[in-house]
Amino acid sequence: MTSLVIAEHDNQELKGATLNAVAAARQLGGDVHVLVLGSGAEAVAQAAAQAEGVAKVLHADAPQLADQLAENAAAEVLALAKDYSHIVFPATASGKNIAPRVAALLDVAQVSDIISVESPDTFQRPIYAGNAIATVQSADAVKVLTVRTTAFDPVAASGGSAAVEAVQAQADSGKSSFVGREVAKSDRPELAGARVVVSGGRGMGSAENFKLLDPLADKLGAALGASRAAVDAGYAPNDWQVGQTGKIVAPQLYVAVGISGAIQHLAGMKDSKVIVAINKDEEAPIFGVADYGLVGDLFQVVPELTKSL
Amino acid sequence: MKVLVPVKRVVDYNVKVRVKSDQTGVDIANVKMSMNPFDEIAVEEAVRLKEKGVVSEIIAMSAGVAQCQETLRTAMAIGADRGILVETGTELQPLAVAKLLKALVDKEQPQLVILGKQAIDDDANQTGQMLAALLGWPQATFASKLEIADGKATVTREVDGGLETVALTLPAVVTTDLRLNEPRYVTLPNIMKAKKKPLDNVKPEELGVDVEPRLKTLKVAEPPGRKAGIKVADVAALVDKLKNEAKVI
Repeated sequence: MTSLVIAEHDNQELKGATLNAVAAARQLGGDVHVLVLGSGAEAVAQAAAQAEGVAKVLHADAPQLADQLAENAAAEVLALAKDYSHIVFPATASGKNIAPRVAALLDVAQVSDIISVESPDTFQRPIYAGNAIATVQSADAVKVLTVRTTAFDPVAASGGSAAVEAVQAQADSGKSSFVGREVAKSDRPELAGARVVVSGGRGMGSAENFKLLDPLADKLGAALGASRAAVDAGYAPNDWQVGQTGKIVAPQLYVAVGISGAIQHLAGMKDSKVIVAINKDEEAPIFGVADYGLVGDLFQVVPELTKSL
Repeated sequence: MKVLVPVKRVVDYNVKVRVKSDQTGVDIANVKMSMNPFDEIAVEEAVRLKEKGVVSEIIAMSAGVAQCQETLRTAMAIGADRGILVETGTELQPLAVAKLLKALVDKEQPQLVILGKQAIDDDANQTGQMLAALLGWPQATFASKLEIADGKATVTREVDGGLETVALTLPAVVTTDLRLNEPRYVTLPNIMKAKKKPLDNVKPEELGVDVEPRLKTLKVAEPPGRKAGIKVADVAALVDKLKNEAKVI
């Protein structure tokens, strides 16, 4: 029994989500191999080889693999799948895009967003925005899984010494092509893996007011997040969205500012270690999950908090 | 060109679901059911493409129990031209739905399938990608912008950290994200008109698809609860708690 973890990276850097996925794969019991699909991604393959508990790294390098196009990535995974009992993706935008393609071509079910490994064929996963937890069992020969990264502590990034083996790249599908990318440049930590997250909701009132959170996030070394209501209102970009339909986060400290606490938002942050809520409505549902609630006007509280840190 | 829009009947997003006491699932008896919100965005996008003259016919499809007809009528009230219900009482998992869709695509020959990125009940986020794989078509998931021209779909996608744009050779599968559009309100005259639109009924067997579930649900439980903490009086008290009690700053 061996698992294949598909690495998350940008051809230069191995992303932390890979280490969470490796941690989940180790709980399956067998050896763990990591597959790096990319172009000029040698440094990524080397980084993967150093991750704790990785027995082997497979590295397919070709121009058509540069942008993680689902068609090409799935074909590559499929070519290797026969040697594996489990194929494991982090449940990132990229993992979610590719994994079901692999599962369908193998004619197996996929288990999405697992939060625990009960046994090699039984897993827990949240449904209904985390309002229920299903325990599901797969009878398929190969299990295709995506892993909710916040549910598994990452393995150490160093200490391992796996061999890196080059594997042949499959031909370009020719059906899709990469046009461009607009990645918001930011010095802040990545939202999904940040130690501290400061999020704003509709209570922020405007995109201009949202900037009030910048100095607070700077002081805390935090990533910025937003509720769906704030994103819908145009106060914050969509990739900041925390919730059922956005990102799932579980930082050490989550500061919810002007967020009422809709079910779909709570689904994305209720596993945070410590939750602070700042809201002028003392009846807001967010206080029902917050460790520390402060009822007050955020336009006074936030600057004051920033100053006192 | 034809477009196929699959729509799922789910528990309305405003309903807080309860886990059944015997832990076999969530209780959906007597709760409000609606179209999956992401699928509503998919129907709206198809209708806008038709209004632009890019699309000639919109076929809505739903799979499940007889009441999915209501979901199809909603799709037709938004602007779909006709509906197909694949009727079955069997629990449908994403792979089975993707196979049903493939059978319908083979029959109807649409150039585009637009559907929600995930359903808000099982939160699986699989069906579109699986369908694309089974058809050997390209895919663009999590779309926030879609343009069709010269046999290509140019799609802007919501990805971690920003946006990315891909070009797909049609036919293709596109799954919708929230910002793609804001679905219109359904008007009464359109609801009346939708009642007269054609709605076909087929069974999975007639499409030659085995829909037996592959995953067995052993148990559905309440998530571990999180208790409300305390309210602090002011910023100083908050900072004190974070420093000395929670020790997170």
